[in-house]
Amino acid sequence: MSGSERVIIFAETEDNVGLSKLTTELMGIGGWLASRTAGRLVAVVAGEGVVGAADQLLSLGADTVFVADHPALSTYNPEIYLGLLTGLLPEQEPFTLLAGHTPVGQDLMPRLAFALGAGLVTDCCGIQAEGPGQEPVFVKPVFGGNMMASLEVETPSRIATVRSRVGTAPAAAPGTGEVVMLEPPAADGRIDVLDKVEESMGVNLESCPVIVAGGRGMGGPEGFDQLEELALIFDGAVGASRPPCDSGWAPAANQVGITGKIVAPDLYFAVAISGSSQHLSGMSESGKIVAINQDPEAYIFKAADYGAVGDWRRVLPALTAGVKKHVQG
Amino acid sequence: MGIHIVVCMKQVPDPEGPAASFEADTAGNRVVTHGLPPVANPYDENALEVALGIKAACDGNITLLSLGKSLSRPVLLKAMATGVDDAIVIEGDSLDPQDLDSHATATLLSTALRRVDFDLILVGRQAADTNAGQVGLGVAQMLGIPALSLARNIEVDGGKVLVESVLPDGFVRMSAPLPALVTVSHEAGELRYPSLAAIKAAKNIPQVSYSPGDLGVELPIGAMVARIAVAMPSRERRCQVISGENPEETGEMLADRLYTDKVI
Repeated sequence: MSGSERVIIFAETEDNVGLSKLTTELMGIGGWLASRTAGRLVAVVAGEGVVGAADQLLSLGADTVFVADHPALSTYNPEIYLGLLTGLLPEQEPFTLLAGHTPVGQDLMPRLAFALGAGLVTDCCGIQAEGPGQEPVFVKPVFGGNMMASLEVETPSRIATVRSRVGTAPAAAPGTGEVVMLEPPAADGRIDVLDKVEESMGVNLESCPVIVAGGRGMGGPEGFDQLEELALIFDGAVGASRPPCDSGWAPAANQVGITGKIVAPDLYFAVAISGSSQHLSGMSESGKIVAINQDPEAYIFKAADYGAVGDWRRVLPALTAGVKKHVQG
Repeated sequence: MGIHIVVCMKQVPDPEGPAASFEADTAGNRVVTHGLPPVANPYDENALEVALGIKAACDGNITLLSLGKSLSRPVLLKAMATGVDDAIVIEGDSLDPQDLDSHATATLLSTALRRVDFDLILVGRQAADTNAGQVGLGVAQMLGIPALSLARNIEVDGGKVLVESVLPDGFVRMSAPLPALVTVSHEAGELRYPSLAAIKAAKNIPQVSYSPGDLGVELPIGAMVARIAVAMPSRERRCQVISGENPEETGEMLADRLYTDKVI
């Protein structure tokens, strides 16, 4: 590839207000990719009342921010969003487009890739690129997290969805870029988005700063209340590896792993979790990992920053009491 | 005449197998597995379970569609035995999943699906080997039908499909007119286990086989995404092991250490 590259960030907001943390991290990756070739960093944000988010994108280094601001974009509708991007992007080719590996990213980017005939790599946990002439290489887990594959996109434009914590948000500075307002396209009306239901028990594992997760070694559903007690000290959430979900001890929605939720909290407690590849590949990007397990040979200790060997039934209450003392005073 | 559902089911090396069964062939840029039996992709099993529920509710029938190099007959029969009415198999030496990217796979599947008079296509949200999550949505795009993704609950009513799509903090309800495609998430539930008698009887369920040539697809299809390396993941960290005189003391010391290290 010669000449300057155009890097486009598909921005997501937190309920139309500020940018999601993952989006700010993508701006960091985008800035780096664009700077290799003195290319342009472009962002696209859609929603209702997202002008503030557009300003934030400028302050994070965008040269151009395309804004689609309309009530019809307030909640995600696949067809309306796809129409918006297929209307905008062909004139931007060739580009490298980055989106978060979020529910919207997972739904929209495959549609977009097939609509534009661009190659897509999903669920990236690394992007490597050396000199300006070097193609970016996208690294992602395959085979249940047992292997990592490095992939190159062969089409002129490339698309990737990226996990949390792969990039680092750049420092905000007064923006010098431009804002371009877009008209939202009309929906062709096939898909109706009816309503969004928040579940009282449904915690947002993906954005929780602290997760306390239990595994097969919990031995039953009872101990999950104790995990919650520790989690609540941090306004955190309870997760689980696959076996407790399969056994009905924990809801399937709380499953962490490559076959469940992919999470990267600041702090992850793995309680009575052995550390299978499929679990680790869903949480190994966490800030700090604390493992409690009776088996000193458990693989989880190799992937953890702190380890306590012992029966969780005895370690956890003391840990929770100690954490309460320090955090709540 | 009820609703006709097609379930796409890939065969993959058991993703829950021990980590030591997976090896990187760095010369060939491939993943090699040792002693791992093929299994049905777990998410596609979720999709089949959803199909069986709709079949019971709407008096429908189910076609199983599978593509691969040399598909395991026991894996196919076990899936068919749960209540599948007929099967379409696309096989060929050039159909090793590691030689096909999402675009090539979607091209082959959508070509086969154009020969089928379906109302609803159900696929798992992603395959456990490539972990890509592109083929279902790609097939819908190629067929020009609406697609809804990451569904945990699916109902068919009056020519429409109504789904609950999984969100981080709940779900969103969406609908689309049939024919449509839905990708199914694991929250939809595990596939029922067929009886031994049903597995034995499954070999009498009608099956058609196609080669890529039968479908008029020329291989290889140019790759949009190329694998340039495979490697074992490196997730190891330096673990500080906290150990007290007894588990209670260990727990307390762990809390103290997390505090002094400013982790909490």
